[in-house]
Amino acid sequence: MSVRVLRPGLLTTVQDQGRHGHQHLGLSPGGAMDTIALALANALVGNPPGMAALEITVIGPELLFEEDTLVALCGAEFLGGFPHNRPVLARAGSKLSVGRAVRGARAYLAVAGGFWLEAMLGSCSTYLPGAFGGLDGRALRHGDVLPLAENCSKERFAALKRRNGSTVRWSAPPLTLPDREPIVVHAVEGQHFASFDAAAQRTFFDTVWRVAPESNRMGFRLAGPALVRADGEILSGPTCLGSVQVPPNGAPIALMADHQTTGGYPRIAEIAAADVPRVAQLAPGATLHFALCSLETARELRLDSKARLDASLRSIAWEYGMSGK
Amino acid sequence: MAKLPKPLGVVPLGDLAAYVEFSRTLDLEVNSVAQRLAAAIVARGDPRIRDVVPALGGVAMHFDPAYDGDVLLAAAELVEQCMKKGLPDADDVGRDVEVPICYDAEFALDLADVSQRLKISPEEIVKRHAEAEYRVLMVGFAPGHPYIGGLDPKLSVPRRDTPRVVVPAGSVAIANRQTVLYPYSMPGGWNVIGRTPLTAFDPMRPRPSLFAAGDRVRFRPVSKRDFLSLRERQ
Repeated sequence: MSVRVLRPGLLTTVQDQGRHGHQHLGLSPGGAMDTIALALANALVGNPPGMAALEITVIGPELLFEEDTLVALCGAEFLGGFPHNRPVLARAGSKLSVGRAVRGARAYLAVAGGFWLEAMLGSCSTYLPGAFGGLDGRALRHGDVLPLAENCSKERFAALKRRNGSTVRWSAPPLTLPDREPIVVHAVEGQHFASFDAAAQRTFFDTVWRVAPESNRMGFRLAGPALVRADGEILSGPTCLGSVQVPPNGAPIALMADHQTTGGYPRIAEIAAADVPRVAQLAPGATLHFALCSLETARELRLDSKARLDASLRSIAWEYGMSGK
Repeated sequence: MAKLPKPLGVVPLGDLAAYVEFSRTLDLEVNSVAQRLAAAIVARGDPRIRDVVPALGGVAMHFDPAYDGDVLLAAAELVEQCMKKGLPDADDVGRDVEVPICYDAEFALDLADVSQRLKISPEEIVKRHAEAEYRVLMVGFAPGHPYIGGLDPKLSVPRRDTPRVVVPAGSVAIANRQTVLYPYSMPGGWNVIGRTPLTAFDPMRPRPSLFAAGDRVRFRPVSKRDFLSLRERQ
């Protein structure tokens, strides 16, 4: 019972809901960049929302299923013809070839019952900077074999309503894909916002920023005009997912899942938690602009986003014949 | 007991985290209060909070995304309750950590340079560095990466003009009034004066990080032979 990697893709890693409770030791939570797409992929195969799945980045892998395996691919749209956003029973011996992303940057491939992997510090997420977690702490390679934790695919597929061949006649709406660019990203003022002069503050919110090529799971570098700041150095302080820091060269960096836990660069803004998964769907070259919002608005956006996800999870649970929570 | 300093304020780190700020400059007293407060917050076991991070000048609290309330309000209340109840003693927050360190030229990549810049002999630098008592001010930047305070003021030296692309794992380095220890091979600009055979961060250990904020640290000079045999045992 396993999945074999025939072609690894650009950067395919095992990611789950993240490794929490270790930031005081300098370890960031990591985990899926787009936690909403991860939750949907898992729900579609009948898993709990935070279970480990494959995070596929920009160019997808080719996988061989050794047994009948119930899978779901959610998040970015990839070429290759594989149905997105619905449960699919991949037959034993069949290959799944995921091509290039055409909308969004990251998709999650979940398998029913999850992968058989050892959790480290409470998570199966691959932490590339520390080379641990997931599969040997690294991205997938040609020839890797990912064992499945449970033999539940056929049972679960049989439980689904409105089946048709090896797939279903419905799909879950993607919640985090960019409709058009630049995407609007809500952000609250960062701790050091006031230490930037009025021109830099305006520039930050007026600019259409481009995600630079040297962006990764630690942070997205944003290309645009340099943000000038007159004040001197700041005391190194805590950072979090979505912090936008400005190094002396003036090019902002948005901190993503594998971000450092503390930093010495001033933070001009903090991305609203609800919008972080949408930012995670931006590939290098994609554009965004920031809309200033209040903390209260950010909280409302977070509650809305959670309500939308919960509604989706409920309707997927209904397709499994469960009443949903 | 000395009166506790009042926080400057509670600032949002986005809508899911809050930072209780005590100082914008490094003050060892305040730093210790941040660690004691962090310990008190952790002890309350608030289910809304996933991470409590003592930093140089305050404490960050990271909330569970399922929390539907106002994080600033929740954080401020929590801090007030903890401060009112009294914080644990500084001595009870950290542990004693002894760090074997080899100052041989092979590992002390910048010792000669630092010696030139400070006009102090390498032997004297090593002696002063190994004699002092230190305290971990914060763990951050990378897993298990400590910022250690208590460096002899005579050894205060700015960072290197050009950071190294790779500083070997275990390197012990100084800059300004602090010492750091590189848990992994990584880029860095501090002045490397020795190396420890210990692994600073290992996710497989029951205590993954050798250091936590508040720990009292001593460096114990070891020969290269001892360094190698200690590393074998890691």
